[in-house]
Amino acid sequence: MFFKGISLIPENTNMDVIGKRKIAFVLSTLLIIFSIFSIATKGLNFGIDFTGGTVIEIQTTKVVELSGIREGLNSLDLGNISLQTFGEPTDLLIRMPEQEGGPEAQAAAVEKVETFLHEHITEGYELRRTEFVGPQVGDELKKAGLLAIIFSLGGILIYIWVRFEWQFGVAAIIALAHDAIATIGLFAFLQMDFDLSTVAALLMIAGYSINDTVVVFDRIRESLRKYKKTALPEVFNTAINSTLSRTVMTSLTTLIALIALFAFGGEVIRGFVDALIFGVVIGTYSSVFVASPVLMFFNVRQGADQNDEPEVVIEENGEKA
Amino acid sequence: MLQFSRSKIITIILVCLFGFAYASPNMVGSGARGWMTEHLPSWMPSKTINLGLDLRGGVHRVMEADIDSVIVERAEDLGALIRSDLRDAKIVTNNPIASTEGVRITLRQSEDVAAARKIMFKAASDLIISEDGNTLVGTFSDAYLKDLTDKTLAQSIEIVRRRIDETGTREPIIQRQGERRILIQIPGLEDTSELDAILGKTAKLSFHLVNTGTRHAPGSKLLPMSENPGEEISVQRRAMLTGDMLTNAQAAFQDGQPVVTFRLNGLGARKFCKVTTENTGKPFAIVLDDVVLSAPNINEPICGGSAQISGRFTVEEVSQLSLLLRAGALPTELYVVEERSVGPSLGADSVEAGKKASIVGLLLVLGFMVLSYGTFGLFADIALAVNMALIFALLSGLQATLTLPGIAGIVLTIGMAVDANVLIFERIKEELRSGKTVMAAIDAGYNRAMTTIVDSNVTTLIAAVLLYAFGTGPVKGFAVTLGIGIATSFFSAIMVTRLLVVLWVKHGNNSKLKDLPI
Repeated sequence: MFFKGISLIPENTNMDVIGKRKIAFVLSTLLIIFSIFSIATKGLNFGIDFTGGTVIEIQTTKVVELSGIREGLNSLDLGNISLQTFGEPTDLLIRMPEQEGGPEAQAAAVEKVETFLHEHITEGYELRRTEFVGPQVGDELKKAGLLAIIFSLGGILIYIWVRFEWQFGVAAIIALAHDAIATIGLFAFLQMDFDLSTVAALLMIAGYSINDTVVVFDRIRESLRKYKKTALPEVFNTAINSTLSRTVMTSLTTLIALIALFAFGGEVIRGFVDALIFGVVIGTYSSVFVASPVLMFFNVRQGADQNDEPEVVIEENGEKA
Repeated sequence: MLQFSRSKIITIILVCLFGFAYASPNMVGSGARGWMTEHLPSWMPSKTINLGLDLRGGVHRVMEADIDSVIVERAEDLGALIRSDLRDAKIVTNNPIASTEGVRITLRQSEDVAAARKIMFKAASDLIISEDGNTLVGTFSDAYLKDLTDKTLAQSIEIVRRRIDETGTREPIIQRQGERRILIQIPGLEDTSELDAILGKTAKLSFHLVNTGTRHAPGSKLLPMSENPGEEISVQRRAMLTGDMLTNAQAAFQDGQPVVTFRLNGLGARKFCKVTTENTGKPFAIVLDDVVLSAPNINEPICGGSAQISGRFTVEEVSQLSLLLRAGALPTELYVVEERSVGPSLGADSVEAGKKASIVGLLLVLGFMVLSYGTFGLFADIALAVNMALIFALLSGLQATLTLPGIAGIVLTIGMAVDANVLIFERIKEELRSGKTVMAAIDAGYNRAMTTIVDSNVTTLIAAVLLYAFGTGPVKGFAVTLGIGIATSFFSAIMVTRLLVVLWVKHGNNSKLKDLPI
């Protein structure tokens, strides 16, 4: 059994990432400015997890005319009710804001909407899903989401800080912030629903981005020790290029899995998958074109890493065996 | 890195076998599963993965107990008690003011303060008493409030369980969440209005004599009537009988009308007998949650310990009312603060979608690995298959709940699990290019990639653990599968592929090769 695989990245690839870092710098700066601008002007479209309110998903037996039903729903005097298709043209998503007057008003409003639907979708429909989140719970979920983000990022950062020198840590944070802001910016720009699963996606992206960055940094650190007399840009370029194949391969396998989810995973997790796909692409970009040039900027000392004894031990073992 | 002791090899193979064995009940249809439980010995794994409500359909509801009103009620009771004790001691006070903090009683004469304080302490030892001019302020201690909250919640949960799962066949999850909330999950329930009907009422039942004289007589109160909306009826404040004296209640028919029949306990039966004997011919009101259901006349003394509640009920209403009366009254009202319900068709669709996405994703990644790494890619694929089996085995064995975001976590793990092998293979390729022999290149590849693999897995694991700890709902489901996936992929990628590579090189007589199929 002997057959070789096909390399996607040619063996002698030698991209001058460090030399061309200005291009990435301009690109990333524009991306970040655009993202912050989107967040500031459009704001995030928080889902009911965070705002409170009710969502009803129904499946109609036939395609129905939406505009009439939308107008009718909004004349019920229950605030701004939105009606959208959800994946299929027969899947409809109705979103209504939290009603004033407590739980009874809430239940009454839902009943009103259901009666309306019964009367106006005469071809028949099926109730697929309802979600109600009270305003207090919304606030709590917001807090819990924020806490999850802060603690996860904090935990990852502490690990990086322990494992690497501070320059690596700072560069990793900058790359991570870059990815997070760009992803949140995308959600603001496209006005996609920002809910609990988006928080999960953001954290996943953070983990993935750090993961990618760590692989490149590991190699840079190794090369710094090995090539003590070579100029820094060259050391960086060699390290980046020798991990490039892995970076691309892992991103591709992850993207392949995500695209399967995108195509077949259904509408319920669509937002989550969208965020992850964007995040993997941006995370891959940032680990190559943002994290390493930023690290270069901090001017890490070559070969002066005395705290990494275990590293040396493993290498010696490797040579002896 | 290329030495495997016999015991290590056996351990690896055993882990793989256990993985496939525990995962297998999930892979076969329900028919085959029935055959398996019948014909296979009982030590064989038979557990399947627990599907979350978003996959099997059902209702997830969080209700908050109105503890504040319980506390205020308690403060009112204490206030009334203290006032009457003070009155006995000839100390005159204003009406006590009850709040969630406690109770305030203002004395008419300030010289009574010291004596009143002693009486108050005796009457209500649970209160921390302080003075504010000639007002005595009794405050509940935190420990007392916590105890009251705990008791109310525990009692509410018990009643909720009895109301929802009287027959014990619904497998609901009913548990406390946070300080004042109850989480209720009922798989398979479609119509949430049924829940509204059985949990929307506290169902405090009482029987009162109706005031036939003046409507505003002392010791009476006006209550709305359910038979004639808008009308009120004056009843005696003191109940002649309360719902806690009921031992049973059933829906029944009388003269073609749906009614609820009930039985009383000994004390209740004697009391009811006495009151109905003394008041034959007079009307009495049957009151549920401060609404008069009906106010029939007492035609004759009722001494058998059983009676019935009539009114303008539908069949459904009497069956619900009898259930509520059997289960007992809730100590306080419960409000819905969060509810998510998924219909069975959407759940089934989601399972289908998740299955399809996982299989397609898995096949694509398997193919891509073989294309990119040849024979070695095949080894990585075998490891990935082991990884999948281990994930399903752990999910089944731990009886963790699989949700839709959880499936997404598994699919994502498929993509990321090969990362360790990609790192190793790329490194081996590099070492080969630098002129090492096949054996040295494989060895160096594993050694050098190891640090990086540990680093990258630990960062993702940190994210997964913290997501689980601080996350709620979908975040948690995702964190579970992600965390399990990272742990299993570490084993499969490092142990299984390495074993395969070593066996291939050493026992396939491939150690003298100049190049590797990678």
